[in-house]
Amino acid sequence: MAANEFQQHALSVANSLPAGAAFAERRAAAAERFASYSWPDRKTEAWKYTSLRSLQSLTEANFADQVKDVTLPEAVTAVDSYRLVFVDGVFQAELSDVLPEVVCRFSTANAEQKAFIDEKLGAVLAGQAESERNLFSYLNEAWLHEGILLHVPRGQSLDKPLYLVYVSTSDSENETLAQQRLLVWLEKNSSANVIEHYLGQSTATGETSSVSGAKADDKVTSLTSGITEIHVGQNAQLHHTRLNLEDEEHTHVGGVHLALSRDSVANCFALGEGGRLKRIDYHVSHNGTGAEFNMHGAYLARNKQLIDYHTCIEHREPHCTSLEVMRGIVGDKAKAVFNGRIHIHQDAQKTLAELHNRNLLTSNGAEVDTKPELEIYADDVRCAHGATVSQLDETALYYLQSRGIEAAEARMLLSYGFVNEVLEQLPYAPLLESLQRRLRARFIDEARSSGEEKSAGEPA
Amino acid sequence: MLQIRELVASVEGKQILKGLNLDIKPGEVHAIMGPNGAGKSTLGNVLTGREGYEVESGEILFNGEDVLALDIEERARAGLFLAFQYPVEIPGVSNMEFLKAAVDARRKHMKQEELSSFDFMKMAREASAKVSLDAAFLKRGVNEGFSGGEKKRNEILQMMMLEPSLCVLDETDSGLDIDALQVVADGVNAMRNSERSFIVVTHYQRLLDYIVPDYVHVLAGGRIVKSGDKELARELEAKGYGWLEGEVA
Repeated sequence: MAANEFQQHALSVANSLPAGAAFAERRAAAAERFASYSWPDRKTEAWKYTSLRSLQSLTEANFADQVKDVTLPEAVTAVDSYRLVFVDGVFQAELSDVLPEVVCRFSTANAEQKAFIDEKLGAVLAGQAESERNLFSYLNEAWLHEGILLHVPRGQSLDKPLYLVYVSTSDSENETLAQQRLLVWLEKNSSANVIEHYLGQSTATGETSSVSGAKADDKVTSLTSGITEIHVGQNAQLHHTRLNLEDEEHTHVGGVHLALSRDSVANCFALGEGGRLKRIDYHVSHNGTGAEFNMHGAYLARNKQLIDYHTCIEHREPHCTSLEVMRGIVGDKAKAVFNGRIHIHQDAQKTLAELHNRNLLTSNGAEVDTKPELEIYADDVRCAHGATVSQLDETALYYLQSRGIEAAEARMLLSYGFVNEVLEQLPYAPLLESLQRRLRARFIDEARSSGEEKSAGEPA
Repeated sequence: MLQIRELVASVEGKQILKGLNLDIKPGEVHAIMGPNGAGKSTLGNVLTGREGYEVESGEILFNGEDVLALDIEERARAGLFLAFQYPVEIPGVSNMEFLKAAVDARRKHMKQEELSSFDFMKMAREASAKVSLDAAFLKRGVNEGFSGGEKKRNEILQMMMLEPSLCVLDETDSGLDIDALQVVADGVNAMRNSERSFIVVTHYQRLLDYIVPDYVHVLAGGRIVKSGDKELARELEAKGYGWLEGEVA
C-alpha cells in the first residue's frame, strides 16, 4: 500500500521492534494508519510549501543502539533542573539526574504509572480533529518504544523544571532515526515547567556548526520524531519550552499537543534553528472556560534549511484567550513556513484570540510562506491577526550607522533585536544568554555575507 | 573645522539646498534657524550621509577631509554627530548594547583600546545621570517606549559617550518642556570647549536662551539668507521669518 520508499522503510523499522514488548499493539495499529496515508506532496494542503524530499535519503537509517560520548554545553548544565538526556534516542543515565517521583521513563514505570500511561497516552492527540492530524504522529506511535511521563498530582508543583535534552550525533557513516515521546499530565491546581531541548552534536561538543554552509550540499543523516502531549488540568499552570536547534544535516518532524482545562494557563516558548527539514505542529485545544494560552517563538532558517511551524488553536469553550507571537528570520536560500490556524467554535463566545507573525528576509534567495487561517463560528469574539514579511528597517540602519557602527554590525544588531524581543520571554537565564550569544555570532556572519552580496551587486 | 561650499542637494529629485555656504571654526556654536521646509533637516542628513539625500554639487570639508567621499559610519567615527529630530526605536537591542557598539567603533577608529565592560558601564551610568535618565533606561530597548523628552536626552547621552568634535542638534528642542530643555542644554553646555563645535538647528529662539550661540544663520529657500549674532535670533522671534522673504528671492 505504501508507495513511498521512505514510508516503506519507516514501516519496516517499526516492524523490527520486538513483537511481544510493551506498546506492541499500539505500534501495530499506528503502523497501519501510517501506511494508509498517501505520501504528502505539493497537493496536500498541510504540506503544500514543505517538501519531504530530503527524507528519501534516509532509507538506510535505523534506531541507534550504541551512541557516542557527548559533553553537554555549559548553558544546559547550568539550568537548575531535573535533567534527562537522550543521545540519538538512547537514554544516557550518566548525564541525567535522579528523577523525582512524579517523573519516569516509560521503560522504568511502576505498575501504577504503567496503567496511567496505557490509559492516557494518545488521549490528547485523539482529542484533535482527524483532519488536523498528520501521518507523522502515527509514525511516532508506530515507532513507540520509550518515552517520559510527568504526572503532577493535584495541588502539587514541580519544584524545578523538567529538562529533556535530546542530542543527535548522526553523520553520513551513522544515519539514525529517533523517536521521542513525552506525556505531561497536570492534575487540578498543579503546576510544572518543562523544557525540551533538541540539539546537534556540534552544539553539544562546542564545535562550530556548519556555519557558512560548508555541508549544505550533503544529504541529511537523521530524522527525529518528537511528540509531546500535555494535559493541563483545571486551574493548573504550565510553562513549556521547546528548543529545536538541530544541525544542518538533521531533520525533525514533531508536534506539541495541548489540552487545556477550565481556568488553566499554558505558556509556551518555541525556537527553531538549523536543520534541512523541520516541521513542528502545535495543537492547542481550549476544552474548559477561562483557559489561557500564550505562545512566543521564533524560527531562524539559513543555508538550505526549511523550517515549518503549523499552529492550530481550537477555541471550544467561552471566555478563553490565546496569544501567539511568532517571528522568523530567513536568509540565504532558506525557506520558512508559518501556518497559524485559529478555529473558534460556535460555543466559544467572548474568546480573545491574537496571532502575530512577522518575518524578516535577509537575502534575495530566501522565502517565507505565512498564512493566518481564521475560522470563526461564534459572534461575540475578538480576534486580531497579522502576518508580515519585510526587510530590515532602513531608518534604524541609518540611525545605527550614524553612530559609527559598521553597516554589517548594524544589520546584525537589527536582526538580533528582532528575535531577541521574543527571546526575552525565555525564563531560563543560562539558556537565554547562550542563545543570545549564538544569535549574535550567527547574525554577524549573516550580515557580513549579505553586505558582501550587496556590494558585489553594485558597480565599483 | 567644517567648510560647506555652494552645497546643492536634493531629495527625491527635488532641490532643497540651493547653494549653501557655512564656515565653522573649532569651539564655535552656530544656530541655524528658518521656516519649515527651508532645508534645515536636510542639512543634517546630508552631513551624515543619509541615503536618498543627493548632493548635486558643492563640497563639504570636515577637518580638511572630503566628507562626501565617506560612508555614514566613517563620518561618525571621524567625529561628526547628529542628534536626531526623531530618534529611532529599536526594540530588542538594549540601549547599553547599542552604546557599547558605538563607543567601541569610535575607540577602534581612534586606535584606543576597547573599554572593559566595567569601565563602560561606569561611563554610561555617569552620562545617564548627567542627562537625568535613570540607569534603568540603559537596559531598555533603544528608545523603546521612551517619551519625547527621554528620547532627546538619550541623544545627548550618546553625544556625551561618543565625544564628537562636531555636534549637529536637529530640532532637539521640539516637543520639550522647560525642564527637559534645561537638562538638554546643560548637557550641551557641559560639552562646549575650545575644540568642539556645534550646529544647533531650531525653529524657535527659546533654545538659544539656554545654549547661547556665537552665530545665528537664517536658512530660507535652501540658502543662508542672513547671518548675525544671538541678537538676530531675538529679532526673528519678534518679527517672524516673513520679513526675510524679500532676501530669499
